[in-house]
Amino acid sequence: MHAAQILVNALVLGCLYACIAIGFSLVWGVLNVINLIHGSFIVLGAYLAFGLYYSLHLSPWYAVIVAAPLFFVLGYLLQRLLLNRVIAAPVLVTLTMTFGLDLILNNAMIYFFKADYRKLTLSPPLGSISVAGVVVPVDRLIATASALALTGLLYLLLRRSRVGRAIVAVRLDRDAAILMGVDVKSIYAIAFGLGAALAGCAGVVMALIFPISPLTSSGYLGKAFVVCVLGGLGSVSGALAGGLLLALVESVGSTFFGPSHATTLSFVLLIVFLILRPQGLVGRKGFE
Amino acid sequence: MTRSNIALLILIAGVATLPLFGGAYALRLGTIACMYSILALSWNVVGGFAGYPSFATAAFFGFGAYTAGVLVNDGLPLWLAVLVAAAAALLLAAALGAVLLRLRGHYFAIASLSLVEVLRELVNNATDLTGGGMGLNIPLASGAGVMAEAAFFFYAMWGLWLATALMVMAVAGSKLGFGLACIRQNETASGMVGLNTTLYKSLAFGLSACFVGAAGGVYAAWVHYIDPSDVFDILYSVKPIVMALMGGLGSPLGVACGAFLYLGLEEVVWRNYIQIHTGVLGLLIVLLLLFLPHGLISLRAGMFWRRTKHV
Repeated sequence: MHAAQILVNALVLGCLYACIAIGFSLVWGVLNVINLIHGSFIVLGAYLAFGLYYSLHLSPWYAVIVAAPLFFVLGYLLQRLLLNRVIAAPVLVTLTMTFGLDLILNNAMIYFFKADYRKLTLSPPLGSISVAGVVVPVDRLIATASALALTGLLYLLLRRSRVGRAIVAVRLDRDAAILMGVDVKSIYAIAFGLGAALAGCAGVVMALIFPISPLTSSGYLGKAFVVCVLGGLGSVSGALAGGLLLALVESVGSTFFGPSHATTLSFVLLIVFLILRPQGLVGRKGFE
Repeated sequence: MTRSNIALLILIAGVATLPLFGGAYALRLGTIACMYSILALSWNVVGGFAGYPSFATAAFFGFGAYTAGVLVNDGLPLWLAVLVAAAAALLLAAALGAVLLRLRGHYFAIASLSLVEVLRELVNNATDLTGGGMGLNIPLASGAGVMAEAAFFFYAMWGLWLATALMVMAVAGSKLGFGLACIRQNETASGMVGLNTTLYKSLAFGLSACFVGAAGGVYAAWVHYIDPSDVFDILYSVKPIVMALMGGLGSPLGVACGAFLYLGLEEVVWRNYIQIHTGVLGLLIVLLLLFLPHGLISLRAGMFWRRTKHV
């Protein structure tokens, strides 16, 4: 079998999955909110890349630089003005709130961009490279590299910067963080903004590879769910581990059982993980 | 029997007179309203009483629809097929509940959400049994006229609604309901004082799935054609929750009123602003959560004016 090819495919796909899930994981881990708008943010990011490319001929590499601050502001305001009002409420309320917001954003996208599938095609196309019989399209390779870079940036931010340390502190122990003088409301808003920015950038990266349509948002959201639960919440390494595991299971699963069963397999894996190891692959117990 | 339960029964009895003065359109609306009331009331057992945010309603709805659909195609009469669907949904949910309800909060929400995905994919891939993505045709029940058939399905759904309401009231007034309230408030403590929480939760989950499965069965026979993306639509999970939130979590009367109000609003929005109807729905949800988090049932006349306080 083409074991090497399957492995490389899984690796590439895994990095993309990690990129999709990382913002979602951050918001879930820090705010304890399941952010259902995440999928629509990703699609909006993809539309941004699409629009910039075809109207201003701005290549997607630069679109990332535009998308990040825009989405950060959007997410920050959303959290500050709306979600912070219900943040203390039970799971169901915050979940339903983000569901309502997702309906609004998704409907707006269908209204303005129509539901047609579009594709960002770079001209000239980048082609593909092949090493020792393993073929990888260059656009996927670049997307993988960007996904890794984004993940790495978030890691550095959380480790090195003052804001990042505060975010981690709130995630570990909210009450203690308040006692240490951390402004939790603003940290929540910043974390949500970061999550949105990561989603927007992920959308720009996805625009290179997948078709763009408002209807794809639930697919992204589903992947983010599975990756987060597999890897563990709120940690950068968790999202990477979860993404890689999911991609590996899907690639191997669709090779042996056929692609139609890949989704079933991933969700069965999700349920098994939820029951046996709810803290995820790299998570620590008591954090969930 | 509390006052709000009597009010609910009066509401149900009032709805039963609909065929006397409504046309086919009114009957269609009435059937849908009864169906969503069943879903919302059923969800209330596990989501309102026990406080578990379940998103599995669509899973059992689709499961019931397909069970009944396949059985009717095999020549079973409709009532028997619906009964089997209800029983199968009860058993499936009780068995799954014993495993899934170990999870709490977010984790349970996701597991129940993914249950919908798993069942949809399974039905999609079991082409021999269910027709897969091509969907399943269910033969017409009888050769009777349009109005007779509309009235038949309206009363079928209405009967299920009555049964669901009675079940919810019975649960609320029983030891099971008390146990579920304990679980909602503090599960660890209720386990500590000797409550068999796993059993209670599984029972609640099973009961909440049973009538949803039956409603799915009647729905399948009513629309004559089902496909996986239709009956396993995640909106079947979400709408009952919004209805329950709108009416007032945990109160059967509130939940039923919430279902009616929601459907009324949706029908108005859908008819007038078809292109933006999901957006309006989302806006409604957001406003509701911000300004009326405890639902309609929490509205009191006193909220609208300020009584003078004697200091």
